[in-house]
Order: sequence, then C-alpha cells, then structure tokens
Amino acid sequence: MAAALGVVVVTGISRHLGAHVAARLAADERVGRVVGLDPNEPAAELREMLGGVEHVRADAGSANTVVAELDAEVVVHLALVTSPEPGGRAAMKEQNVIGTLQLLAACQQAPHLRKLVMRSSTAAYGASFRDPAVFTEDTEPRQVPRGGFARDILDVEGYLRGFRRRRPDVSATVLRFAPFIGSTADTSLTRYFAQPIVPTVFGRDPRLQFVHVDDALEVLHRSVVEDHPGTFNVAGAGVLALSQAIRRAGRLAVPVFEPGLSAAATLAGGLRLGRYGLDQLDLFVHGRVVDTTRLVDEYGFEPRTTAAAFDDFIRGHADRALVTADQLAAAERTILDGIRRVRASAAKVSS
Amino acid sequence: MTGPAVDDWPGDPWDKRVASALSFMRRRLSGQYEVDEFGFDPELTDHVFYPVLRRLYRDWFRTEVFGLEYLPDDGAGLVVGNHSGTVAMDALMLSVAVHDEHPKARHLRLLGADLVFRVPVLSELTRKSGGTVACNPDAERLLRGGELVGVFPEGFKGVGKHYKDRYKLQRFGRGGFVSAALRTGTPIVPVAIVGAEEIYPILGDLKPLARLLKLPYFPVTPTFPWLGPLGLVPLPSKWLIEFCPPIPTADLVEHADDPMVVFNLADQVRETIQQTLHRLLEKRPDPFGR
Repeated sequence: MAAALGVVVVTGISRHLGAHVAARLAADERVGRVVGLDPNEPAAELREMLGGVEHVRADAGSANTVVAELDAEVVVHLALVTSPEPGGRAAMKEQNVIGTLQLLAACQQAPHLRKLVMRSSTAAYGASFRDPAVFTEDTEPRQVPRGGFARDILDVEGYLRGFRRRRPDVSATVLRFAPFIGSTADTSLTRYFAQPIVPTVFGRDPRLQFVHVDDALEVLHRSVVEDHPGTFNVAGAGVLALSQAIRRAGRLAVPVFEPGLSAAATLAGGLRLGRYGLDQLDLFVHGRVVDTTRLVDEYGFEPRTTAAAFDDFIRGHADRALVTADQLAAAERTILDGIRRVRASAAKVSS
Repeated sequence: MTGPAVDDWPGDPWDKRVASALSFMRRRLSGQYEVDEFGFDPELTDHVFYPVLRRLYRDWFRTEVFGLEYLPDDGAGLVVGNHSGTVAMDALMLSVAVHDEHPKARHLRLLGADLVFRVPVLSELTRKSGGTVACNPDAERLLRGGELVGVFPEGFKGVGKHYKDRYKLQRFGRGGFVSAALRTGTPIVPVAIVGAEEIYPILGDLKPLARLLKLPYFPVTPTFPWLGPLGLVPLPSKWLIEFCPPIPTADLVEHADDPMVVFNLADQVRETIQQTLHRLLEKRPDPFGR
C-alpha cells in the first residue's frame, strides 16, 4: 500500500516530535503535501528542518475549516502536552482534551479523510496495585489515575473510540508510547534523569520502559505511509528498575516518603511549579510495562530495547554522572589488589 | 587497564570469595544486571535472598522434602499449596525447597495478594524475588513463558486462620488458578506444607485494630504483641513439604471457561492436599521434634 498520499495534516509541529514527523513526511516522495497545524511558532532549532512543510498557524478550534479546505487525506495528531508547564494544568487540559475533541470533530466532517494517526501514551492503563505486571492493548484501566496527563489520555482515547464508531471507513491508528528517551529527547523524565541527585519514592522501585525517540518517529512514519489500523503499544522490549536506571546513569537516588511527595506534587501543581506532577508519582510508585507483540507483528519493526535506549540517553548526559562504571571497576581493582597485598605480607610474616 | 598488580592466589578459596564479592558489588552499584518484565532479579535472589532464607529453612525449621520428582524439569508447572502461618513464610520456604532441592534449581514464581503490593518495601522485595500480583493475566503470562508458578488459593483465609483450625484447608476462592492452568495446558502440582501452622500460632484476632490498619486480621500469638520485636521470631517447628503427582490439564484446554470443570478440578486439588496433610501429620507426631 505505497500509493502516493495527498495532503497530510500534522498537528503539534512546533514541538520536537511533531516537527520531526512532519519533516520526515515532507522528505518522503510517497507523500504529496505536508501541512503543519499549530498555533505556535516552532523553536529556532526546528525551523530549519521544516522547509518542506507548510505551516498553518491556527489551533484546533479552526481545524474544521483547515482540514476541510485542504481536503486532507491523512491527519496525524501529535499535539499533546505531557506536563503542565508553561501554561498550567488548565491550558494543558484545554489543549489535550478540547483540542483533540475539536480535531476529531473536524475529521468526522472531512469527506476524503482516509486515515487518522494519533499519539497516545501507555499512561492509558492507569495505575493501580491490582494491575497485572504487563499491559496488553486489551487491558482495561482498573482505577482512574491521579495524574492529569493520564486522565487526559483516557478522555482522548474515549473520544477516539466514538470517532471509530462514527467513521468506520477511516483507518485509525492509536500509538500508546512509553516515555520517550534518547540523547536528544527533552521531556520531564529526561530532565529528571539528567540531574546528578534524583528523588525516588521510599520503598518503591518501579519497573520502567522507554522508547527511543528515533524509533517512535519510525513507527509514526510507517503509520502514515503504510496501513496499520488498530491500537498499539510502542515501547522498547525489556525493563529497567528505577534504581537500576539511576545506577546505570551514575546518579544518586534520594528516597522520599510518598505522602510528602504527593503533597509536594499537589502543591507544585497548584503553584504552577509543575516540575514533577502526580503523573510522575504514579509512574514512580506503580511502574509501567507493556507488551509489544502486536506492534512487532504488525509493523515488522522492533524498537531498540529499553536498556539500549537508556544507554543512548546516558551517553548524551554523561557529564553529570557522579559515579561511572569505569570508576567502579577501578575501585574494585584497587580494593582487590590491596587485600591481596595485605594477605601476601601477612603470609610472609607468619612463615 | 593493566593486569593485576599482585598475583592472585590460584586455588585459594578466600581470594575467590573476596574477588567474587567485589565483582558482585560492582555489578550491583553500576546497575549491570538483568530484571525481567515482572521485576524478578535472579542475581539478587540467588546471592542475597536465598542465603538468608536457607538458614531458616535448614537450621531453624529442619525442613524435609518429598516428591520432588513430580516437579517438571523444564517448562511450565502450577504448584498449588496450603497456606498458613500468619505471614507467608510457607511460600518463601517452598521456593527455597524448589530451588535448593530440585536438580534444575528452578525459581518458583509466587503469586501474591494485591495487599502485598500496596506495602512499600515489601512490594519490591516480592517483585525482585520473582513474585507478582495474583491475577489471571500474570499467571498465564508466566505459565506461557514456561515458568514454575506457586499459588495459595486459600489466600488470607489460610494464613490468618485460628490455631485451632490448623491443617484444615479453607475455601479455594473462585478457582482462578485452575482456569489459568487450563488455558495454558499446564500441569497442576499440589503440594502439602506441614510446619507453618506452628510458627506464629494465632490465638486471637484484634478485628477493630485490623480494620484501623486496613489489614485482613491482626494476630495475637503466644509471643506477639506481648514480647514486642521478639514476638516476630518464628517458633522452631519441624517442617515437611510433599509434592503430589501432577494433574495434567492439556486435554482440558477448551474447558477453561466451564465452571463445572474448574470447580471439580479445584476440589480435586484441595482433596489431594488435605489427605497429604493428614498423612504428613502422622509422620510428625511432635510439631517441635527433631
């Protein structure tokens, strides 16, 4: 199914993910015209790569006219905000929930729309102590999550289910991404791991999974130029425990009691300090691991493992490590030699 | 890096011990170990958890094991046992028995109540030692992966029962473990554990306190809470563990959702364990004997 595509509309091109997806689509000869829909101007470092992308500076509220006028064939919805900064939680919800609602309404009206590709998150599985260890795409969330982003994701996926019912002729691909990581990714989680000293929740060592940003881009690109209807988990195989990830990165963990952290997170949210929200806290208490069999079978593509993706992040942020693996190996050598020397001299004295 | 500045001592056991302990610490501190998707950390389990539990298993409880030949050498198996002893010590001793006494040194993957996973520290110790939440998706995923899974269908009804009800099997819940075995065609290996009932004999249950602490029960034993932390020392009962012949389920896969088949099979497992318990108790007239 490599027929030339007409107009592809990409939302959220002012941000890293959207800009890269749009630029890659524009460079693909199978794609006719790439139009970015975003009320904001892309950051300076992204502007250069967006040469082949037309930019319509409008928010989702005017998506209706834009999608109709352009006669869009494919809509790629990437304009989701994962953390409340800078506009606060209200602006975040406005963009995630209302923005998606308006975009989906526009898509429903578009007569020639053939395909919808939507970014979602593994946060869709919620966070509960009764959760199974590994989520498949069919797992239902058992408890409404505390985090704002996770709640937005549940809403957004709910709207999409409605859209699928009303427009069964449109092929809809929903990609539930694990947290992005890599040497170039910049998310609240990469900023967390970039610090030399990182807070953790006392008595919890969650299992984490990441997906490398480049692999996420690959999956998004294939979703547009190939046909893969359905919902897919997108994550790197394997698991890192948080403590293990912190040690691999050479950082120092400082465990904090959870009630204090919850209060701090709520307070930070209220004061719009929003560095770590309840989304992070849910993740750091419960962990989140998904099954990617469906993705690998359908796309014939296997994202690099969680450990490999995290290694790439470590390489990009090695300067702030407190302890490196080489230092530990050297220390091991020194201690072992020291013990052998002492024992050798002790043996000489006694003989 | 250059070679060692001092020659190692070939064949010297202490040198080997020091070297391996140091390399273990380096691997742990630099995160160079593997954790599976359930959070199981085999290195930590083998080098830290089992050595501690082994002391209890051998020296304190003087555990004897029978019927090891009924455990599969490889591939999946669902080990179903009786539950008792106020805390889930029997599950831990069972996993030491499987690991230490079985020729293939298999890891028993335990299924625990969600309460275990609510408690900080305990939840992580459970995951790192190979445990996960007792739910059908996890049980079936482990079994499909060819693991040996341990489950105690009595749950809190078993561990929290009164001392006077010792070795009387409680209700087996909804038989979710049977449908997990049926769906994956895994043989069920019943196991009877004698000894755990006497480690913390429950004489009373402070229900209001349990409700306050959101616990299923608050035990009163001859030593707890009277002796404070000393009351946490388990009484040194004599333990016997017997595995029973496996019940094959491969030809019942299509009946996984048939409540009648599931119920009958659960009942068969329960009866097998109960009868084996009676037999083992005759072998052990004195709970605290040698």
